[in-house]
Amino acid sequence: MSIAKRVGAPRIVPTRGIPYPTGDPSLGPEQERAWRRELLERALHAVMTSVSEPTVFDGDQGQ
Amino acid sequence: MRIVHYVNQFFAGIGGEDSAGMGPELRDGAIGPGRRLATLLGDEHEIIATAICGDDYAAGHAEFAAQLVAQARERGAEMIVAGPAFTSGRYGMACARIAAAATEAGMPALASMHPDNAGLGEAAGAPLVQSGLIARFMKDSLDRFAAAARKIAAGEELTAQDGRIGPVARINRLAQRNAAERAVALVLTRLGGDRDAGEIPLPDFDSVTPAAPIADAAEAFLALVTEGGFVPAGNPDRLESARATKWVRHSLEGLDSAEAGSFESVHGGFSTQWANADPNRILPLDVAREMEREGAIGRLYGEYLGTTGNGTTVADARRFGMEWAAELRQAKIQAVILTAT
Repeated sequence: MSIAKRVGAPRIVPTRGIPYPTGDPSLGPEQERAWRRELLERALHAVMTSVSEPTVFDGDQGQ
Repeated sequence: MRIVHYVNQFFAGIGGEDSAGMGPELRDGAIGPGRRLATLLGDEHEIIATAICGDDYAAGHAEFAAQLVAQARERGAEMIVAGPAFTSGRYGMACARIAAAATEAGMPALASMHPDNAGLGEAAGAPLVQSGLIARFMKDSLDRFAAAARKIAAGEELTAQDGRIGPVARINRLAQRNAAERAVALVLTRLGGDRDAGEIPLPDFDSVTPAAPIADAAEAFLALVTEGGFVPAGNPDRLESARATKWVRHSLEGLDSAEAGSFESVHGGFSTQWANADPNRILPLDVAREMEREGAIGRLYGEYLGTTGNGTTVADARRFGMEWAAELRQAKIQAVILTAT
């Protein structure tokens, strides 16, 4: 995330691990899919939000 | 010298973004800014033809440069000049590629653009000269461009005074003073207030203005892209696991999920066991399809674009980004989710 900010990615959704940006192998299959869904919903919220600098969209800013 | 001048579709007077997809072609004589350039170059030189290509086409088809250089040579060109591209990214990349292709073909070449132009890194050591920020500075830019072109034509090297920009080929020279003396002098210079003084220019990262938001994802055409080394099983394009020099694209049509055994990750920077067990962990196709079916996403683009982000040079990464942007814009994509590892 700090790298994404430093290189200027405009809209950033933090995830849980480099090897699985849209997953979390520590969860059961259904929970993992729900987590992936949450990440995509945050991403859609992000692309519908105006930003002027690298902005992090974590859970608190979700819909 | 017999010179061919490169401009994009806009400066050739053909059209704006609506014509950005046009392929490469050569037209007789000087066109657009080439007319003034021809006058400034004087009687010793002649612009025999103008090479033209649409910005989107040039960004998506790197081979356009070698094609135009070959055509120019057939026409009898002895030198190629390109620009000025100001801060226009795709145009700058095209000009830099033309200069690089001409240099590779053994012809003297020169491109003109602003030092912040994102295409700068594509010149592969071919000479670049500084232009103004925007086309309003055409007159001064052409003066400097013509002066630099005359020097290159005469076989001379450009200097900083001439407005040379971009990476300069490193040539070994014997310094007057040894490294210790120069280091102390540099410390004193820095203590004296010049914080940027140095013998080796440092690369700087450009900043990008965020795109405007989309109104409603439920109406949007959305693409999935990734730098997670995501490839069809067996890696048919042989995408590199590190220091990637290329990107790949593959169809997602008819797929409901990125199934294990159909896709994998070749990323060399982390263990790919989790990605390979469920490739949706790199490219979230299963959930994206679910949301498309439910109407939360208007429509998903029928293919993904991907590369490996692992020790990739800034120049290559910048090129991938510009090529992706041109590609996706042409496909009328409105938003992109890039999964990063």
